[in-house]
Amino acid sequence: MRKIPAAKISDTTAELCARANIILRKDVLVLLRSARKKEKNGLAAAALDAILENARAAAAERTPLCQDTGLPYVFLEIGQGVLITGCRLDAAVNNGVKRGYAFASCRQSVVSHPLSRSGSSYVPAVIHTDIVPGSKVRVTVFPKGFGSENKTGLKMFRPTESGDEIVNYVVSCAAEAGADACPPYIIGCGIGGGADTACLLAKKSLLRDVRKRSPDRLLRKMEKEILRKVNRLNIGPMGLGGGCTALAVNIEASPTHIAGLPAAVNISCHALRSASAVI
Amino acid sequence: MRKLLTPLTKDKIAGLKAGEQVLLSGIIYTARDQAHKLIAAALSKGGKPPVELSSCVIYYCGPSGTPEGKVIGSCGPTTSSRMDAFAPLLLEAGVSAMIGKGGRSDKVVREIKRRKAVYFITYAGCGALLARTVRKAEVIAYSHLGPEAVYRLEVEDFPLIVAIDSSGRKLKGF
Repeated sequence: MRKIPAAKISDTTAELCARANIILRKDVLVLLRSARKKEKNGLAAAALDAILENARAAAAERTPLCQDTGLPYVFLEIGQGVLITGCRLDAAVNNGVKRGYAFASCRQSVVSHPLSRSGSSYVPAVIHTDIVPGSKVRVTVFPKGFGSENKTGLKMFRPTESGDEIVNYVVSCAAEAGADACPPYIIGCGIGGGADTACLLAKKSLLRDVRKRSPDRLLRKMEKEILRKVNRLNIGPMGLGGGCTALAVNIEASPTHIAGLPAAVNISCHALRSASAVI
Repeated sequence: MRKLLTPLTKDKIAGLKAGEQVLLSGIIYTARDQAHKLIAAALSKGGKPPVELSSCVIYYCGPSGTPEGKVIGSCGPTTSSRMDAFAPLLLEAGVSAMIGKGGRSDKVVREIKRRKAVYFITYAGCGALLARTVRKAEVIAYSHLGPEAVYRLEVEDFPLIVAIDSSGRKLKGF
């Protein structure tokens, strides 16, 4: 067994929280720059310029890209040959989130009770763990803004329905989001599993490089089709119109039951933020 | 680009057209979900809101933490439609402009027209950039709400786009 102190995971989490909130992902930046080059609508071009300038301002001034520093999601892929020593893993992760968020002057956006709305804080983070082969731990921090999270959709399709119906559903979710969730969007989709699997896959799909299409032929075709249709909605950057409503569509799939076909949509704003490290 | 100074009185708003870009300087107040709930509760009971709402500019924003040596942290707009239920009451109390992101309900559009107010959007997801236009920031009410407290912001050349003008004309999609 390879021993990894929980404190090491905590420190890594702290570092990733600061990085994710301040430095825009390079893959997202590349797509934003290319969208700006193609943009012909004056107001939309000004909005894309502001987005690119904001990424420079955040990095230069060590300020979060967005005031909504999200509900912190932490994904841990833990090698089965690893023994985590020291304190409890969840405590280590939350301690790391607290330190990283405080260091980066993030917002305390988490309320401890969903109805009483009491006590805003940086934590608890939503922690997902996967046990994987090997002797390493991969930590991924994904601060998920809630303007876009509020536009999440889940639909349980009949197993006899086709990919086309799912494509139209995803497009309708983007249309429904309109300008509310900070377009241009990156649209995450999860298909298959149970309802919870589909939702989690939709979120995880946003962690994939947005320049890369799915290796699966069927999913790749759907990704392209959804992007083409969403970009005909004429929502545009910040709702100002034009052909740039989404930058990319990422779909992940999982085996499912003979009786069902769950599909979930998890939209990200243009400030798609995440950071990863391997210990 | 048109430059405007607060307070935004009706005469300054009357000439604005949907789609127009504006640079705003002066005093604006942040208020989002929970602050709206409290202000609306105060108004419906005939109480006094924590801010003089006449000709006031309300910014739907909850800033991130203030880094040491800075005036304010990241401070972009939040989704305006969540404030739609409260907006008519605030407009009735004299609020002349709202700043946020995204569309508004038909009812809010009608109220904007009726009260000769204006709805602006600003660059969403660009909080680090917008922070550069803030000269002063202080919490003036509901400090227990943390990031949802009411902040008084002194801004200089804060960038806006008219999304719904005082005659109820809308930028397409809003």
